[in-house]
Amino acid sequence: MRKNFFKTFAIAATLSMGAPVIATAQAAECIAPANPGGGWDFTCRQIGKIMFDIGAVDKPIQVTNMAGGGGGLAFTNVVAERNEDANLIIAASTATSTRLAQNAYAGMTADQVRFVGAIGIDPGVIVVAADSPFMTLSDLLEAVVADPSSVTFAGGSAVGGFDHMKPLMLLQRAGLTDITTVKYIGLDGGGDAITQTIGGFTQAMTGDMSEIVGFLTSGDVRALAVLTSERVEGFEDIPTAIEQGYDVVAGNWRGLYIPRGVSDETFDLWAGRLQQVADSDEWAEAMAANGLAPFTLVGDDFQAYIDNLIVEIRQMSIEIGVIQ
Amino acid sequence: MDIMSNLALGFSIALSPYTLMLAVAGCFLGTIIGALPGLGPSNGVAILIPITFTLGLDATSALVLMTSVYYGAMYGGRISSILLNIPGDEPALMTTLDGYPMAKAGRAGDALVLSGFASFYGALFATIGLMFLAPLLSRVAYQFGQAEYFALYLLAFCTLGGMASNNQAKSAIAACIGLGIAMIGYDSRGMPRLTGGNLHLFDGIDFLVAIVGLFAIAEVFFFIESHGKKSSIGVKLDKVRIPWKDIYATRWTMFRSSVVGFIAGILPGAGASLGSFLAYMSEKSIAGKDGGFGKGAIKGVAAPEAGNNAAAGGALVPMLTLGVPGSGTTAVLLALLMTLNITPGPTLFTDRPEVVWGLIASLLIANFVLLLMNVPMVKIFVKVLMVPPWILLPGVTMVSFVGIYSLSGSYFDLLLMVGFGVLGYVLRKLDIPTVPVILGILLGGHMEDALRNAMVISGGDFMYLFSSPIAIGLWIAAIVGFVAPMFLRRFLKKPQAVTD
Repeated sequence: MRKNFFKTFAIAATLSMGAPVIATAQAAECIAPANPGGGWDFTCRQIGKIMFDIGAVDKPIQVTNMAGGGGGLAFTNVVAERNEDANLIIAASTATSTRLAQNAYAGMTADQVRFVGAIGIDPGVIVVAADSPFMTLSDLLEAVVADPSSVTFAGGSAVGGFDHMKPLMLLQRAGLTDITTVKYIGLDGGGDAITQTIGGFTQAMTGDMSEIVGFLTSGDVRALAVLTSERVEGFEDIPTAIEQGYDVVAGNWRGLYIPRGVSDETFDLWAGRLQQVADSDEWAEAMAANGLAPFTLVGDDFQAYIDNLIVEIRQMSIEIGVIQ
Repeated sequence: MDIMSNLALGFSIALSPYTLMLAVAGCFLGTIIGALPGLGPSNGVAILIPITFTLGLDATSALVLMTSVYYGAMYGGRISSILLNIPGDEPALMTTLDGYPMAKAGRAGDALVLSGFASFYGALFATIGLMFLAPLLSRVAYQFGQAEYFALYLLAFCTLGGMASNNQAKSAIAACIGLGIAMIGYDSRGMPRLTGGNLHLFDGIDFLVAIVGLFAIAEVFFFIESHGKKSSIGVKLDKVRIPWKDIYATRWTMFRSSVVGFIAGILPGAGASLGSFLAYMSEKSIAGKDGGFGKGAIKGVAAPEAGNNAAAGGALVPMLTLGVPGSGTTAVLLALLMTLNITPGPTLFTDRPEVVWGLIASLLIANFVLLLMNVPMVKIFVKVLMVPPWILLPGVTMVSFVGIYSLSGSYFDLLLMVGFGVLGYVLRKLDIPTVPVILGILLGGHMEDALRNAMVISGGDFMYLFSSPIAIGLWIAAIVGFVAPMFLRRFLKKPQAVTD
């Protein structure tokens, strides 16, 4: 144990001197296209850890953080410089497809990489503070329709991001014609947004289930709706938006893409490994602990899903005026 | 006696030979990571996360290792600030102001031991605060809306006045340069600004790139200019002893700075840099003109170190109780917790006492290990000064390049860093302080977002910025902080020495 420790320790010291420079031979790399701590970082670390733990890969997967351009930097880097790297996976989520749909990756398109699959979805939620006068989703939405300036939504993504879109989709269904009047502030992550809502500075928070779990159990917030087709296991008391008459399903899937230039065998290899993670108990545990709902779509089916999603988001972005 | 039994539980988890060994290793590694320019606590911790998986560490051991590295890096940052006038990481920025002059005056050893003790004091204060008050303190964050945050950042900028230079106008110019740089990248409405379509600039400029450029690379340029003969680096050695007198003389400074730093740490978005800055500025204004701040005052060394270490501990409060990381490093620690299937939130203290109290116990252990380690190690650190500059500076340059490259793995950051080096060289030639530039970059974006968000909420009504007692109090403090130095200067009518 001890000897092993010092060996690893020496490696750690070397790595800390220049992690990406001295890449260990053959160890796969997962790029989290954001700074440590966010959803993509979680995807890389959690999936990477489980792949190693269950023996799907024989060396620990090294996580590289490549923040920039909301994931655009990593995307262009992969397309331009690592198009044939078989040992590379990149964390992706709904935000990736949103930005591709909104043309925010400097003209890059979804077909320049291969989407391997998604193995979990973070359901969208709308929450209010525990002492809020809004008891149901209809209360909230009707108040906004009557006077859009009376409610400010807080979310963890920038204006035009997916957190912003969720209330807009709901409000469209509720009959609001000019959705540009809706007040939304984008903060530094869902935790910030929920803190502002509990503090009473904003009236509602739009985010993902994983961001509110801790606050739900403490009773500081009330979830008005979850944006899934059915109620989420473990959170059965939160009604879906559909039940309440607003047909909106929106979640933040967590998955991977790989470079376009790799062989079909490599694609199948990664798809297989991802499927193994999806089927593992470790992943089930991780999902439960982090408020993710099962959503496994691996391989070619996922590519089709992505294509449809991008068309849908692009249409919606044009409607709300984020893009022309 | 709930706390005592909880603490006993924590120590029973954290105190084993193996975890102690991890703590020592983490502290040592953290100190080195902190001391190297360009490698800050956040990338230090991030790089080490895979190691916890490789070692197969359980949740507590992983936390012990990571928090040891975190605290170690907070301690370590001061070393290069004092010895080389190059901050090892951004919270150690303020320590250059008095630490380096003190070292230059031949008291490098004293400065290191004193700042080490101040770090210990601040970190211990914060850990105790975390222990007793965390669930309560998390409520503080609920009192800070966008208007309050805006006023807080404004307060920081208003007190910049007489900071690094005695010329307020030059400080203001420097802060404006920083604010201008902070404008680069996506704004809060999702529009890219001043990027020239370059994807590398979409997320703005990393302040580590700016710090390393403005300090380390600029230093190299000065060295080259003097044809390698002399350098402003090169301080005298003294005997290493424990400066009991200085520690005693700064006891209240450390206390006040710890309080200020801890509060800044609790507020998400303020963080350790603001903590050390506010601690330094408040001590400077308490000491007044005769305090000798900026010329190697012992209080000027103790204040920022107590402040930033207290803030580092304070930042754990919102991370644990709200899941809101107050700094880059806590964001990484948060990621680690999530990977270990621990979900921070208001109920973490009651749901997972073994994690929380194991963490607190490991913080206490790390802190004592660091104090014990740092005093004897000062001798080794000071040896660095005996290395001639023509060997030392190329080494610093190399470490800077590797450190910055490891941030995003892009050569663009390296070019940017050299650009900042040129800027730092020019600014120093013009006797414009560089510290306000960094503060502008660090806080400018947050300040703008807070203002714009406040305007969205209020529908464009500026009175919203004065809508709460906290906001009004911060506004008053900001105005006093801005006006008082000018007024005092005229009142005292003393000739001013120019320092850089």
